[in-house]
Amino acid sequence: MIRVELPFHLRTLARVDREVTVEVEGPVTVRAVLDAVEERYPMLRGTIRDHVTQKRRPFLRFYACEEDFSNQPPDTLLPETVVSGEEPLSIIGAIAGG
Amino acid sequence: MSSVRVLVGTKKGAFILTADGKRDKWDVSGPHFAGWEMYHLKGSPADPNRIYASQTSGWFGQVIQRSDDGGKTWNTPGGGPTATPEGMPQGESNKFVYEGEVGKHLWYDGTQHPWEFKRVWHLEPSLTDPDAVYAGVEDAALFKTTDGGHTWKELPALRHTKGHLWQPGAGGMGLHTILLDRSNPKRIFVAISAAGVFRSDDGGETWKPATRGLNITYELPDKTNEVGHCVHRIAMHPSRPNVLFMQKHWDVNRSDDAGESWHEVSGNLPTDFGFPIDVHAHEPNTIYVVPIKSDSEHYPPDGKLRVYRSRTGGDEWEPLAKGLPQSNCYVNVLRDAMAVDSLDACGVYFGTTGGQVYVSADSGDNWKPILRDLPAVLSVEVQTLA
Repeated sequence: MIRVELPFHLRTLARVDREVTVEVEGPVTVRAVLDAVEERYPMLRGTIRDHVTQKRRPFLRFYACEEDFSNQPPDTLLPETVVSGEEPLSIIGAIAGG
Repeated sequence: MSSVRVLVGTKKGAFILTADGKRDKWDVSGPHFAGWEMYHLKGSPADPNRIYASQTSGWFGQVIQRSDDGGKTWNTPGGGPTATPEGMPQGESNKFVYEGEVGKHLWYDGTQHPWEFKRVWHLEPSLTDPDAVYAGVEDAALFKTTDGGHTWKELPALRHTKGHLWQPGAGGMGLHTILLDRSNPKRIFVAISAAGVFRSDDGGETWKPATRGLNITYELPDKTNEVGHCVHRIAMHPSRPNVLFMQKHWDVNRSDDAGESWHEVSGNLPTDFGFPIDVHAHEPNTIYVVPIKSDSEHYPPDGKLRVYRSRTGGDEWEPLAKGLPQSNCYVNVLRDAMAVDSLDACGVYFGTTGGQVYVSADSGDNWKPILRDLPAVLSVEVQTLA
């Protein structure tokens, strides 16, 4: 069970609490976790990654265990504590704009 | 008794204002989608309880919302968490992808720049089918859903109409106006900043520019002057679909032949710059604009907020100021932020970048604020309910 922390506006869009949980088969990477989140919550498709390019939206960041995975290759393995559910993968909205 | 429902999109959420036919006392619902930019909300003429909304964000991109109960509850069509026998739903209600090769348009430095989807500016529900809606987007293109917003498909021929010569204005290259013709279901007009007006007579399969006669202040990239016009808004009365009115960047224009030709009708306006233009519900020759001081300031002349009305289809204009601020007013009224209802005494509505929503229940003679302190208003639509 992987824990994923969502930013406020995506929580309201998906009508969920701060964290959601998903199951990931195989290697636990950012790509695999986001695939599972989008399958479970289809309304979030396109809001975290571009529909076509699958690139991270510029004002979102991915953190796990205080480490920034935003610019890592999407198939980078996440830490064991995320795999075990001890720590969440955090999707953070950048503090920007008005 | 008849009533009205006003759909207001703002920079920080949507608001729904309802009143009976007197339009004197208002109930306010909202903010819906708090914190999101609500570019446009519009109800289906075929089913007034069906409302579509464009919800957008610099962080999270584009979302389409739909209500089936007049705005009480909302859902993302095709995006719900309900399981299907095949597994999870494959909702694509937020997916706007250009058809075929993306293509390029003219960029500020004269080079060619690839089309990039940014947001939905305008939603125009079909006149007859609640599940069919057109969406005007930035970078300019026209999309359509026929399944209630579950999926969207581009009508790509529009961008092939000299799209390589379209160029964004300061506000972006958005398709902001979609006019449907009750008497001819195959006819569609669209307007794009800063490309111009285009007409299709076959439901969007083919298009042609409809800009002949518009004034040209500077040389356009298109040497034939068919595209490159900064059209801010066009409007039509449903009973007279061949007559169009236009607020352009620098002048107000009229066409009497379905966009085949245009002539200027700015007349005695204090400034011919502005964004919205609309037509009285029962008087096809009565039109409204909100003159804004051109070109860099974008607020009302002399700090006086005045709607101008022409009862002659242009050229002769009268200021309407009763109830509107006549000093120290420096707001703007954006292109999608004016609407009319169809009650016997036609109601006229508009919203400002200062967060005020005004109503006139007597065709513009007298105005009152419904709300004064909303976020900047991006769009105003009104539904007249039986």
